[in-house]
Amino acid sequence: MTDKATPAKSGKNPKSSKDPFANVPHEPGAPKMDKIIVADHVKRRFGGLTAVDVAHFEVQRNAITALIGPNGAGKSTFFNLLTGFDRPQEGEWSFNGFSLHSKSPAQVARSGMVRTFQLTKALSRMTVMENMRLGAAQQVGENFFRALFPALWRKQEAEITAKAEELLVRFKLDAKKNDYAGELSGGQRKLLEMARALMSDPEIVMLDEPMAGVNPALTESLLDHIVELKKEGVTVLFVEHDMHMVRRISDWVVVMAEGKIIAEGPPDTVMANAAVQDAYLGSHHDTDLFEER
Amino acid sequence: MDFADLFTDAGREIFAPTTAAFALAAIGLNFHFGLTGLLNMGHAGFMLVGMYGYAITVREGGGMVLGLIVAMLLAVVFGLILGWPTLKLRGDYLAIVTIAAAEFVRFLGRSSVMKNITGGSTGIRGSDYKEPFESLSPFPSEQITIGPFTMHGTASTSWFLVLVGWSVVGLFALLFWRLSNSPWGRVLKGIREDEDAVRSLGKNVYAYKMQALVIGGVIGALGGVLWSFSAAVQPDSMGRPTTFWLWTLLLLGGAATVFGPILGSIIFWTALVLVRSLAAMFIPETWMAATEREPFSLVLVGVTLMLLVIFRPQGILGNRRELAIND
Ligand SMILES: Nc1ncnc2c1ncn2[C@@H]1O[C@H](COP(=O)(O)OP(=O)(O)OP(=O)(O)O)[C@@H](O)[C@H]1O
Ligand SMILES: [Mg+2]
Repeated sequence: MTDKATPAKSGKNPKSSKDPFANVPHEPGAPKMDKIIVADHVKRRFGGLTAVDVAHFEVQRNAITALIGPNGAGKSTFFNLLTGFDRPQEGEWSFNGFSLHSKSPAQVARSGMVRTFQLTKALSRMTVMENMRLGAAQQVGENFFRALFPALWRKQEAEITAKAEELLVRFKLDAKKNDYAGELSGGQRKLLEMARALMSDPEIVMLDEPMAGVNPALTESLLDHIVELKKEGVTVLFVEHDMHMVRRISDWVVVMAEGKIIAEGPPDTVMANAAVQDAYLGSHHDTDLFEER
Repeated sequence: MDFADLFTDAGREIFAPTTAAFALAAIGLNFHFGLTGLLNMGHAGFMLVGMYGYAITVREGGGMVLGLIVAMLLAVVFGLILGWPTLKLRGDYLAIVTIAAAEFVRFLGRSSVMKNITGGSTGIRGSDYKEPFESLSPFPSEQITIGPFTMHGTASTSWFLVLVGWSVVGLFALLFWRLSNSPWGRVLKGIREDEDAVRSLGKNVYAYKMQALVIGGVIGALGGVLWSFSAAVQPDSMGRPTTFWLWTLLLLGGAATVFGPILGSIIFWTALVLVRSLAAMFIPETWMAATEREPFSLVLVGVTLMLLVIFRPQGILGNRRELAIND
């Protein structure tokens, strides 16, 4: 099939003794060394359909974890549950050891866990720069009374703007900063949403298909950026269908199908797992889905 | 009546206190709809609550300052009651609840049970509550003519009220400008565009929507008080049509702009008087009785404004580019 035998090809750091996944078993729900997210028995049913049924799930801190699976596997729903945008019928989940059970989406975000959406949510009738500024956390001027006195927030506003400019350059949106977000292309909106999420210096970013619709050249530079984020201490959990991207940057891959986690492992071996092949291909095992592009 | 009178009458509407009152109330609605995207379909209810609060307090000897405080407090309470069950739900729920609540206030005010307090359907006479305000007037208590316009110096629709009314409008336009260009206003605009996106950025959307609803409501209540200074407290003058006129003039002038509500109010009232007078001049009594002229002019104004909104949907001061974005 593919060239899975040559590990160096994936372009990641070779496994060293510092590898946090060195002793992690390749099985669903595997325990991690330093867990930032833990979820237990999380179940979300829509009428008769069980969209998410995760027995146990852990995310390693300061690593890049990919969540993959066929369409309708429940990935986005699981994201919604973890970030408070949806409520499960049962289950318990925590971030940094603190339960997020009855926390609102805003509280989750303020605690350092920021997400993006599969269907982009750019704020159309605001400029790109205003979108970015809105992303910043703990703004003095967001209080009604303090908003009346610009002297109180002007300095912070300037700092936020400087930071936004920097991020926009990285995401190649600096030329668009005074355009309305609604005037951006679909791919540019994805980029804006991701950049906006980073404005709050999150501890973990959860990206739902961040590269869908982004052109290949830019994808490369963004992948570098995500790796860069990890070096800065940020944890990344992302959903992606593009296996090339998954292989290139992720340290660990979690596979979902029909609401359940069916496999976990490093990117270069997890796809060989029979359960994964089944989930993706049904009986069409002869089709080569995972070849390198 | 000749053309000179006609233009004097129409021209008077440009600065009339009623125009200022509607402009002020529309600034409140601009906080709701223009900034935050809240569909408040009962703004007249806020105005009425303010009018009652002020007039009753003053009539009972509470004085002007207390009257204003009561008017604003009632609007705060009204806003909290309306927002509490609806602001967590989709936007349409607020629309339904506000339209019903405004009607409820009006019916309560005009019901015979409340006659001792609100004066029932006749309302509260101006002489019961206007005195403390008018006693502040530095102008002589007589008719004063400035250019083609003659008005009383002090009483009811007076030069004094013109001065105070437009100063207040200016003050609140300034407040709108300040807040809409602050990080606080940015959060509201974000909510207008997409609530979930704003939630994902860690902002408490419910609290912000509540703040917008309350502050816009308080401004609406002050608009009501201003209105009552040149008219009387009359529950039926604050029915559904008032709310719809406010919406019309806000959209006409340009939602989310600083001067949109002001320009909208001026054009609305001037056009109304112009059409009414022209109808009186050119349509013979045999075609249309004098009593039919008022509804007729409203229909005509409505059609004109509809055309304006169709052909210039962003309003007069709105941004064409912003409107081209339709998602
Ligand atoms: N609000 C909802 N009401 C009813 N069913 C839903 C709802 N949201 C999701 N589902 C169902 O739950 C299942 C999982 O959906 P989800 O969006 O989580 O899939 P996904 O893994 O993100 O898929 P994709 O890769 O296509 O984005 C699907 O079968 C979907 O139809
Ligand atoms: Mg999805």
